[in-house]
Amino acid sequence: MADAERIPGFATLSIHAGAKPDPTTGARATPIYQTTSFVFDDVDHAASLFGLQAFGNIYTRIGNPTCAVLEERVAALEGGTAGLAIASGHAAQVVVMHALMMPGDEFIASKKLYGGSINQFNHSYKNFGWNVVWADPDDISTFEKAVTPKTKAIFIESLANPGGIVTDIEAIATVARKAGVPLIVDNTLATPYLCKPIDYGADIVVHSLTKFLGGHGNSIGGMIVDAGTFNWSRDRKYPMLCEPRPEYSGMVLHETFGNFAFAIACRVLGLRDLGPALSPFNAFLILTGIETLSLRMQRHCDNALAVAEWLSQRPEVAWVSYPGLANDKYSALARKYVPKGSGAVFTFGLKGGYDAGVKLVSNVKLFSHLANIGDTRSLIIHPASTTHRQLSDAQKVQAGAGPDVVRLSIGLEDRNDIVADLEQALTA
Amino acid sequence: MNHDSYPDSYIRGILNTVKTIAMVGFSPKENRPSYFVFKYLMERGYRVIPVNPGHAGKEVLGQKVYASLPDIPEPIDMVDIFRASESALPVVQKAISLKPRPQVVWMQLTVRNDEAAALAEANGMKVVMNRCPKIEYGRLSSEISWIGVNSRTLTSKRAHTLGKGVQRMGLTHDTVQGGTTAATDIAQKKP
Ligand SMILES: Cc1ncc(COP(=O)(O)O)c(C=O)c1O
Repeated sequence: MADAERIPGFATLSIHAGAKPDPTTGARATPIYQTTSFVFDDVDHAASLFGLQAFGNIYTRIGNPTCAVLEERVAALEGGTAGLAIASGHAAQVVVMHALMMPGDEFIASKKLYGGSINQFNHSYKNFGWNVVWADPDDISTFEKAVTPKTKAIFIESLANPGGIVTDIEAIATVARKAGVPLIVDNTLATPYLCKPIDYGADIVVHSLTKFLGGHGNSIGGMIVDAGTFNWSRDRKYPMLCEPRPEYSGMVLHETFGNFAFAIACRVLGLRDLGPALSPFNAFLILTGIETLSLRMQRHCDNALAVAEWLSQRPEVAWVSYPGLANDKYSALARKYVPKGSGAVFTFGLKGGYDAGVKLVSNVKLFSHLANIGDTRSLIIHPASTTHRQLSDAQKVQAGAGPDVVRLSIGLEDRNDIVADLEQALTA
Repeated sequence: MNHDSYPDSYIRGILNTVKTIAMVGFSPKENRPSYFVFKYLMERGYRVIPVNPGHAGKEVLGQKVYASLPDIPEPIDMVDIFRASESALPVVQKAISLKPRPQVVWMQLTVRNDEAAALAEANGMKVVMNRCPKIEYGRLSSEISWIGVNSRTLTSKRAHTLGKGVQRMGLTHDTVQGGTTAATDIAQKKP
């Protein structure tokens, strides 16, 4: 194949996509453009930038060259048309919904989601008049039944936090297509190294970059990726995209920006007006993390499988929920959607219940007891005594945070050391 | 030429050779895509001549608007068609009869007419369909990367600024293609 037509592989894109040598200094690593604002060439250039007639930099709340490298990098890895970097994974979700929903509208969400997202959808969104309707990813018909004329989107996680759940993206994409609404997939736990939701019909991908993409537990960040697949003008249901915008002298964003109009709408209507911009310094740290994503993610998965297998043989352990285990309920879906590995976040149950959970997190010496996932370090949490403490016992069980449940995020340490720490903590 | 996907080298070759572009279906309204493209390409050093019978004789950004291609009193390198796909064939027929004959027919994003393309190619012209020259210029110069768009190019070579301020870049540095966005194809398959 001619060199010009070769398509680079995932590891190459992880290092190079978006990161060209700086045009003025020649700097090869991506510079941290730690500046609020950018000078205009002249008055006419300023007018073109503000009118969205020219590509360029104005003010870091709207865009920044370091953040832009991160945007292009993640968009390229996901196979999307454009990205929008944002202050956190939660901010990504708000800005996506802001572009799609009007007060009184509904969206359907999988009830197997990160607990923080369940809170955001159930409570915070009420103030905007955005109504969530929950569906069960283990029964696709619940998504079909939830569709109403007010439905504007469907939201799922590919691998769902607290882990151990693989969502049937393609089946839910079919429901979304029939309903004429975009499918949003939170791909935080899988990362594009393990799964590319756009290949299965996702129209929008969101990330908490805080986790495996950044990968080193040092920066909060989020990302919105536009797949470029959704026709925003067909049913005229999305006024942010298909109607003339008074903010931009009557411009119609879908008509003007074609298959990356959604990312532009999130930037010039969402990020610009709501304001959750990512710091360029965080963008730099996350970019550096992404350069080693393929190496790290594979090691995360290999370590996690070894730990899950080891735990499932232990007398103290009642059950292990990891789709990479041969007899797991999600094993078939895992082989389809995450063939290289089932991620590094999963839960298991202790026969000793609540007290055994508290004892385990107190006894570990290498694992860190904290509320994050996706770090180089191995992490542990006992949800019943921490994140889910305020719920009743029945609610805890429903949320997958029963008294016996422990969640792990397996890091990149030597496998023997990870297992040894769990062993001493279980038997101490 | 396969009109479903173009090698970057083909598009870069066109944008690096043409100097004078006639824009058929130009709108003088500032919020219309054709106006954006018109202004952007002029700022990148192209001579762009607007064509629209409804506005013939007017001047927009210092350029006179012509009613039709044969009215333009100077040689044209490329005809950019901002019209519905059905209207592309008569525009191509007119372009072919120009002397000298333009080297390139370019149909905007969403505009595709295979009959018109075949006719232009049979007459020795290069054809691009369903693409926007502003987006393609932005992609290959890396300018579009500033707004988070996947330029689908990788390079270890520094881009050259156009000299008029730092926020305008040229097309002289070479790139390799950086991964696919199958998006347009997927969109076409989705009902
Ligand atoms: C799957 C998932 N989505 C979204 C978020 C929220 O991301 P952030 O903490 O960056 O706002 C998290 C955080 O734990 C998560 O695990």
